[in-house]
Order: sequence, then C-alpha cells, then structure tokens
Amino acid sequence: MQDKKSFDFVRFVKSQMLLVAGIVIFLIFGMIEHSFFTQSNIINIFRQIAVIAVMGAGMTYAIIGGNFDLSVGSLLSLCGSVIIMSTNKMGPVAAIVFTLFVGCASGVVTGYICGYLHLNSMVATLGMMNVLQALTLLYSGGNFVSLDNPDIWIVAFGQGNLGIVPISVIVMIIFCVIYGIILTRTVYGHNVKAVGTNPMTCKYSGINDNWVVMTTFIMSGLATAVAAILLATRGGGAQPTMGLGYEFDVITAVILGGADLAGGEGSIYRTFVGALVIGIMKTGFVILGMSVYYQYIAECIIILIAVFLDLRAKGTVRKS
Amino acid sequence: MANTEYLLQMKNIVKTFPGVRALDGAAITVKPGEVVALCGENGAGKSTLMKCLYGSYHADEGEIIYMGQRVDFKTPDEGKEAGIIMVFQELSLIRDLTVAENMFLGSLPHKGFAVDWKKLNDDANAALDELNSSVRGTDYVRDLPISQQQMVEIARGVALGAKILILDEPTSSLTEKEVAALFEIIRKLKAQGVGIIYISHKMDEIFEICDSAVVMRDGKFTGQFVLKDITLDTLIQAMIGRTMDNYFTKANGVVGEEVLKVEGLSVPGVLKDVSFNVRKGEVVGFYGLVGAGRSETMEAIFGVRPYSAGTITLKGEQVKFKGSKEAVKKGIGFVTEDRKQTGLLLPKSCRENMALAALPNIKKGMFVDEDKTLEIYHKYEKIMDIKSPSPEQPIVLLSGGNQQKVIIGKWLCMGPDLVILDEPTRGIDIGAKSEIHKLVASLAEDGLAVIVISSEMPEIMGVSNRIYTMAAGRITAELSGDEITEENLMRNIMVGA
Ligand SMILES: Nc1ncnc2c1ncn2[C@@H]1O[C@H](COP(=O)(O)OP(=O)(O)OP(=O)(O)O)[C@@H](O)[C@H]1O
Ligand SMILES: [Mg+2]
Repeated sequence: MQDKKSFDFVRFVKSQMLLVAGIVIFLIFGMIEHSFFTQSNIINIFRQIAVIAVMGAGMTYAIIGGNFDLSVGSLLSLCGSVIIMSTNKMGPVAAIVFTLFVGCASGVVTGYICGYLHLNSMVATLGMMNVLQALTLLYSGGNFVSLDNPDIWIVAFGQGNLGIVPISVIVMIIFCVIYGIILTRTVYGHNVKAVGTNPMTCKYSGINDNWVVMTTFIMSGLATAVAAILLATRGGGAQPTMGLGYEFDVITAVILGGADLAGGEGSIYRTFVGALVIGIMKTGFVILGMSVYYQYIAECIIILIAVFLDLRAKGTVRKS
Repeated sequence: MANTEYLLQMKNIVKTFPGVRALDGAAITVKPGEVVALCGENGAGKSTLMKCLYGSYHADEGEIIYMGQRVDFKTPDEGKEAGIIMVFQELSLIRDLTVAENMFLGSLPHKGFAVDWKKLNDDANAALDELNSSVRGTDYVRDLPISQQQMVEIARGVALGAKILILDEPTSSLTEKEVAALFEIIRKLKAQGVGIIYISHKMDEIFEICDSAVVMRDGKFTGQFVLKDITLDTLIQAMIGRTMDNYFTKANGVVGEEVLKVEGLSVPGVLKDVSFNVRKGEVVGFYGLVGAGRSETMEAIFGVRPYSAGTITLKGEQVKFKGSKEAVKKGIGFVTEDRKQTGLLLPKSCRENMALAALPNIKKGMFVDEDKTLEIYHKYEKIMDIKSPSPEQPIVLLSGGNQQKVIIGKWLCMGPDLVILDEPTRGIDIGAKSEIHKLVASLAEDGLAVIVISSEMPEIMGVSNRIYTMAAGRITAELSGDEITEENLMRNIMVGA
C-alpha cells in the first residue's frame, strides 16, 4: 500500500511538472508583455487550444494503442469544408451528424489499414493525409467556403459565450472529460492500454486486438470532426487547407503529456496540459510579435526534449 | 592462499529494491571445472544474485572475488569481457535478426567497415555444431521454436569463450535430446576448467549434472552442499524448510458430461486429423515432443489459429471461434507456453495482468470495478502464494515463477469451464509446483475440464487421468489407467518421428 502511494505520488508530481512549466512560461510572457495577463487574453488562450486539445484527446487513443495518426490535419480540413457546405445544404443538425460521420468513416478506413492489414501507421496515415487533403480540395472545389447565413445558430460553437466562457471551451472540457472517463474507467479503455503494451498477449487473452486498434483511429477521427466544427464555425467559413500542420501540434501535445510513444500508457488530462502549454506559447509569440518561424523552432526543441525524457525514462526501465 | 582454489567467491551479498530485500547475505563459491547448482524457491533471489555477479545490478554490500581478485563489474559488458557469461531465463534474443547476428551482437566480425558475413556464419555454425543443434547461423530467430532459441543462447555463451557460464533455468523448454546434448556440452566445458552455475528447479537434473548445490531462501544463503553426500529430501528440506510427501496429486472426482469434443481437426502442414474429447471433472494430458502439434491444437480450439478441417463441439454446441474473445466468452482459459510473448503485459502491474481476461465481468455499472480487481488479486495471491511486494508492482520485476502464477490466476478468475494449461509449471519451484498440481486436481474436482500440456513425463503421468500422445501433428494414442506407463508414452511419441 505504501508503495502504491509513493508510486502514484511520483507520477502526480511529474504530470504537474508540465503544468508548472506552463505556468512559468505564462508568467515569463506576462512579465515581458503585461497585456498577457488580461482576462481576454487568458480566455483567448483557452479558445485557441480547444481544437488541439479535442484532437489531442483522440490522438492520445491512437498513440496509446501503439500508432501515430498523421492524417488528422487533413481530416480537419475535410471536416471543416464538410460542416460549412452541408450546413448550407441540409441545415445545422444534419450537417453536424454528417460531419461526425465523415470523421468516423475516415477513422474506420485508417484503422482498418493499420489494425487489420497491419500496415505501419506512419506510412498508412501519411498516405491518408494526402488522400484526405485531395478529397477536401475536390469537395470544396479548392475554394474558401463560407456559411450562407453567417448568423445561423451553429456559429455559437465557435463564437458564442456562456457568461464569459466561450462555448468552444465548454465543448472541449466536456469532450475531454468523456474521453478521459472512457480511457481510464471502461473495459474498452483498459483494453486500449493493454493492446498498446502487447498486442500478442491480448490476442491470447480474449481481446480482439485488431478491432481495438481500429477503434483508436475512430476515436481520433471523431475527435477531429468535433474539432473541425469548433474551428470552422469560429470564422463562419473554411479554407480547404485550414488543418495544415495541425497534426504536428496535436502530436506535440500528446508527447508533452508524457504518453508512451511505444504505446500502452498516456492520459487525456496530461495531453490537455500539453495542449495548454502549446497554446500559451503560440499566443505568447503572437503577442510579442515574433515571427511564426521562431514558434516552429521552439516547438521543435520542446518536442525533442520531451522525446528525450521519454527515452531516458524507458532506458532505465529496460536496464532493470 | 586459499583464494586461488576458487574461481569465484561471492560473500555476504545484499541487494535491496524498493519494497523488497531481494538478497540478504547471499553467497556462493565456484571452483574451476565445478558445476554448482543454485537452488531455491521462486523469488529466492537466484537470478538477482547472478545479475549482481556479472554487472547488471550493483550489490549494496558484499564482496565478489573472481580469479583471486576482488571485482566489481559496473556493466554487463565488463562482466562479459572478464569471461562471465549469462544465459538468461527469459529469452532475450532479437526476433528479427539471424541466429548468427544474435550470437555475436556487439562483436560482429568485420572486414574494414563491412560485416564479415562468412566468418560470422561459420563461427556461429561451429558453436551450434558443438551443441549438436540443427539450427543454422542464417536462420531467423523468429522462425525458431523456444527450445531452439534457448539452444542459441547457450551456443552464444560457448562462442564467447566463457570462464564462468551461468545457466538460468536452461532446460525449461528443451526436449530430452536437447537436454542430453546440453549436458554433454557442460561436461566438455567442465573438463576445460570452466566454472558453471546452474540454476534449475529440476532436482533430477541437479543431481545428474552438478557437483555441489547452493541453497538460497528469502535472499539468504542457507548452505552449500556436496551433492554426493546428501539426498534429495535433504536438499528439498533446505530449500523449502519442510519435506514433501507426494509431488503429484491426481484429480479424483466424478467425471461428468463431455465439455469439449474435437473431430478431424487439421491445419495444413501442422495438424492432421486430430480427434479427442475432454469431460467435466477430468484432467487430460497431452504428451509429445516439442513441435508435435500440441500447442497448435489448443490454439486452433482457442480461435487464434485458423484450421482447414474438423469440428469442435463445446458443451454440446458446435463452435468455430474467430478469435480468443469468443472462446473466452464461452468459458475457455488458456495459459500459453511463451509467457513473455503471449502471456504478460510486462510493464503493467500484477493486478492489471491478472484481471486482463476477466475485465468484461469485473464491472460496476459501466465501469471497471478496480476494487474488485484488487480483491481478486489478493484471493489468488493467497491461493498460489504469489510473492510480490505490492499488487501494483510491474510484473516484469517479479521472479519468473511468480509471473507464471499471476497468469494462471488470470485464467482462473474468469470462471472457466475448460482450462488449457500449456507447460504450466515451467520455471516454477518444486514447492509451488506441487501446489499447482494440487490446484489443477481441485479444479477438476470442482467440475472443470482441464487440459495439461507438458513435456515432463513425471508431471504428465502424475496429474493426468487420461493422456493423449502426439507426434508429428497427429494423435498417436489415448492412454488411461494402467496403460499410462513410461514405455507406452515413450513409444507413442516416437511414432512417425
Ligand atoms: N528490478 C527489480 N525491482 C524490484 N524487485 C525485484 C527486481 N528484480 C527482482 N526483484 C525481486 O527480487 C526477488 C528475487 O527475484 P529473483 O528473480 O532473483 O528470484 P529467483 O530466485 O530467480 O526466482 P525464480 O525461480 O522464480 O526465477 C523477487 O521477489 C523479485 O520480485
Ligand atoms: Mg530467476
């Protein structure tokens, strides 16, 4: 019992370390530029990270299951165009259902390729990334698409507030909580972690490992569709390339959150904190008026540090 | 200079891990050309003591004198350099490399920058030939059965020119022929003055090949005995602190209706027309050489190996499982042979490992009932005397035997009708082994159907009510009652081989 406590305590401190790091970065930015501390900026940070955090929750499943999903950026573009164009055609409710369906369907395809055909997920989702981007361009005709009626209620997802809290932030919190509960408390969530740890053992223990892997991609696809609704309704329109590069931010958030890159371990909450750190940095760079290129470099350095820490932690495990 | 008499002396070694005092005054001495058995129950600290010797762990206290000098190897490479070679209990070969590459990993022969493949393969083959092994240097490890993988590990030790060769349960998955070949090698190395430390739970082997035996208990040294001078009972008494009356327990219950019936099961190139049945309340043994198709038969039943022909009837209902999920749902449990590859989630806790298969039944509403998983763990921890500092201990840190007990618990706790145990006591100490045999018998007496696969003749004879022998993918005989004799078993596993 004593052991259990001290073990969890170490883990707790570790996960909070990231939060502390985020707060320190926040304070540094705030010291340089006082407008950083304003309420509107803080709300803005959260609004910023809604998309990354929601997609990150999905990506956490894929990574715990032992795979990467590089197709999420393109899927974000596709679902963005889909939500706008189908709202114009069929109205918001049908459009939302349809968009979520597109996200899941993409997850089924990627998941089938990785889970049942056992293709390397890096290669498979890299392929999907191009296919989905091409589909987006075909579907939207390569054009920016916007809502016919810019005041239709669906824009509340991106623009509305409940009191001072943006609705997108509320959606993000609800979504992450649900994904977190599924991961930590259900049999399915336990199975995702088990399959990511050793699929063969699962195959021999009454778990359909292929199916579990496939569903992790569906979880990722669904999350991306939700994120697309939040992102596209924010501006009332969608660029066919609006998701470009998002996969990088999302995977960074998951890695910062300390998920095991070889699969088996990870947490939605920690991914959320990872997304928060990225959000603080991005906003900070913008407010300081620094070039976006510095941001890329900074993000890259952070990723390398996170991966290095991950490897070192595993190295010590292997030794014993 | 009494020191020069010994090749190795380890004195008063202490090693603690968080929550465990794994070694607490352990000791061993080895003379040149001596084969020293290292015995003790699961978790006694045998593997840990050896890891302290060759540099994988660093002892907290104590003294190691090797070839007259005090040594303190910081890394396994230093130990290897000095001629201390360890052959691991858990296979550590890299599956996607060839046998030769595995054997010389870290010291591949080369010409300039390029690997000298010819020399590499020749050296590997020479070492393998010396063991009379049919494995070739160019074979891929992933294509080899466990028994041959273990042979490769031993050949690696030979090829690296060991002065002290540590064999950690080397025969746990070797056939008798391979064991004989290994003993041949041990005698050869002995004649060359190599000191050998032989860890095993198999008493007959210890008495056959070893000169002396060091007994450990709870990390402590209890004595080093010259084997010529003591009896089996003395040794067992020293190991487990009591004598053992009977080693095997046979189920003696009411045999009920048929639980499993298999007819004409065939897998191209592996199984041919396999038919048998298992009834409630009986233990059915499967005996044969490694590779006879016993595990493959069970995999086909369990839904993890496709088959081309045959019918499987479970509790009167014809079934064809497309995966283990359906098999588990219908009440089949399967303790597989290869624990590391198909039995364990190494970094996960003991509790999680045990609950893995039964999770769908351990729910409170929609969610997993974690308290219940803990309860279940404690229940089987007690029944099987699992030694782990905590339910949350990652299972990779448990001793081999204790890992096996957790896996057996994993299948018992899901409440099966049929349990298949493939080499259930591999790597399990004699005390626990007889506990497991008792458990198997009581399971059958409680109305389960039990299948046991074992390559150990005494075990299969001791626990089974009925035995099917297999050879080359076929069932060659069904033996029960008085027909179960050594001669009958031997004759029928050689058929067509
Ligand atoms: N790295 C580690 N961290 C924590 N505990 C450990 C570690 N390695 C071993 N132990 C513990 O030390 C004890 C001795 O383990 P060891 O593997 O040496 O036993 P063993 O005698 O080889 O048993 P077996 O016959 O089952 O192989 C066990 O209780 C084990 O759980
Ligand atoms: Mg051991």
